[in-house]
Amino acid sequence: MHHLYPILKRELMSYFRSPVAYIFIIIFLFSTTGTTWMLGSFYGSNEAGLELFFFFHPWLYLFLIPAVGMRLWAEDRRSGVIELLFTLPITLLTAVIGKFLAAWIFVGIALALTFPMIITVYFLGEPDGGVIVSGYLGSFLMAGAYLAITCFTSSMTKNQVISFIVSFLICLILVLLGWGYLSSLLVDIFPVWVADAIASFSFSTHFDGIRRGLIDSRDVIYFLSFIGFMLFTTVIVLENRKAS
Amino acid sequence: MIEVKDLVKTFGHITAVDGISFTVEKGEILGFLGPNGAGKSTTMKMITCFLSPTQGTVSVGGFDIIQDPIAVREQIGYLPESAPSYSEMTVTEFLRFMAEVRGFKGAERERRVAHAIELTALAEVRNQTIETLSKGYRQRTCFAQALIHDPPVLILDEPTDGLDPNQKHEVRQLIQGMRHQKTIILSTHILEEMEAVCSRALIISRGQIVADGTPDELAAMSRYHNAVTVRVRQADTEGLEAKLKLIDGVTKVAHQPGSETHAATYTMFPKSNRVILPEVTRFLEQHKIAVEEIFAERGRVDEVFREITQPQVNA
Repeated sequence: MHHLYPILKRELMSYFRSPVAYIFIIIFLFSTTGTTWMLGSFYGSNEAGLELFFFFHPWLYLFLIPAVGMRLWAEDRRSGVIELLFTLPITLLTAVIGKFLAAWIFVGIALALTFPMIITVYFLGEPDGGVIVSGYLGSFLMAGAYLAITCFTSSMTKNQVISFIVSFLICLILVLLGWGYLSSLLVDIFPVWVADAIASFSFSTHFDGIRRGLIDSRDVIYFLSFIGFMLFTTVIVLENRKAS
Repeated sequence: MIEVKDLVKTFGHITAVDGISFTVEKGEILGFLGPNGAGKSTTMKMITCFLSPTQGTVSVGGFDIIQDPIAVREQIGYLPESAPSYSEMTVTEFLRFMAEVRGFKGAERERRVAHAIELTALAEVRNQTIETLSKGYRQRTCFAQALIHDPPVLILDEPTDGLDPNQKHEVRQLIQGMRHQKTIILSTHILEEMEAVCSRALIISRGQIVADGTPDELAAMSRYHNAVTVRVRQADTEGLEAKLKLIDGVTKVAHQPGSETHAATYTMFPKSNRVILPEVTRFLEQHKIAVEEIFAERGRVDEVFREITQPQVNA
C-alpha cells in the first residue's frame, strides 16, 4: 500500500493542472450556494442553519460528482496510460483506491470552499455547530458514494460521456428510491417492509438524518460499505478487462 | 531469464497468439518480427502481465506471471507500442512519479530521474509538459520510464517507431549498449533494425512462430544466400545469360537488362546454397568478360520474411 501515496498525489495534481478543475469548483460553489439562496429562499426560512444548504446536495451531486469522476479510468483507457499503470508493480486495488481518494479529496476541497456559508449563518444567528459538522460529514460521505459509482462506470468505458450519463442515471435511481413521493407510491404497491427495504438502499434515506444533525452509525456504515462495494466492483471490472 | 510456455490468447473468436514457446537468456536481444496483427504486441502484453493468457504461462527471472505478477513487473521495464504518458505532466514530473511508484524516494529518486534523462537525451525538454513534445521526444520519455529502475528485463514494443533516422540510430545504440547486463525483447517491422540490433529473431505470423534464428541464419534461408550478382556494361551482354547458366553450380540466372547509361545485372542462384563465387570469377576471367561490379549475396531477409509470412505469394 506504500504505492498508494504517489498515485494519489499524481491524480490530485492532475486535477489542478487542468482549467476544468477551477471551472468545476466555481460551478460547484455557485450551484450549492445558489440553490440555497434562490430555490431554498434562505432568508425567508428565518433559520440560522445549513439544513437548506444540504437539502439540495443529493440533487446537485447528480451532475457535479459524475463530472469529477468520469475521467478517472476512461481517460487512462483512452490515452493508453493504463498500460503503464497496470504493468507497474502495484495491485489493482491500490490503483483503484488511489484514484478514488484523489477524486474524493478534490470534491472535499470544493466542499470546504463553501465555508462562507458557515460564516454567513454564524453572522446571522446562533447556529448549532454540531449540526453543521454533521451536515458536512454527511454530504462528504454521500459525495463519496456518488463518486464510487462514477469510478465504476468509468472503468467500463473509454468514453467519458457514457461514463457520465450512466453514473448520473444510477445515482438518480438511488436518490429517487428514498424520495417521499416515490416511497408513498411504493407503500401502495408493496407490503410496507418491501417498500422500506427498497427505500433503505437510497442515498436520500441515509443522508436525511445526518443532514439534520443525527449521526447514526448505520448511515455512516451504509455510505462506507457502499463505497467499498463499488470500488471492489471496479477492481473486478478492471480484472476482467485483463482477461478478455 | 524469460521462459514462454505454450502461450495462447484468444479475443472472442479471434486467436491472436496461438501456442508460442521460446526462451531468452541474459545478454540476448530478441527481435519479434512479423506483419501487423501477427500477435507480437499481444505476446508482449502477456509477458508484462497487462493481459492474462488464455492458456500457457511465462516465467520471468523465475517468477510466474500468473502466480506472482508483482514480482514479475518489478523486473521489467516496458515501453508500450503507443508510448503513453501523462500529457499534462512535465518530463521530470512524469519520471519522478514513475520512480516513486517503483519505490524510490528522495535523493535516490532524483538520481534515477537524472540518469534516465541523460540516457535518453531528454535534458533540453525536461521541464516541458509532455503534450507539447514531438512524437520522438514522447517516445523517448516513455523509454526513459522503462529504464528508471534499471530493470534486468526490457520489453520494447517498436522502440524506434516515429523517430527520425538520427534518433533511431541513438536508440539502437542505447539498446546495443545495454545488451550485456540485460535481457531484451523488442518488436519491429523494420528488417534492417532487426539485423542491426538483434542477436536473435523470431518471425511471428498469425500468432505462431514461423522462424527462429540469428539474423545470419534467417538470411541463409533466402534463395539469394550465396547467390552472385554481376553488373556488366550493356554492350557486353550479347549471349551472356546462356553462358552464365553453364557455370558449374548455377541453377538459374535472373537478368535485369541495362541501358546505355546503366549496367545490366545478372544474378546467379546456386544449387542448394553452395558457394559459387570462385567458379563465377574463374569463368569471367576465362571468357574475358569485364564486369563493373561483382558480389556474393548474404541472403535477403525481407524476401525470407515475405515468403514465410504470406505463403500464398511463394513464387
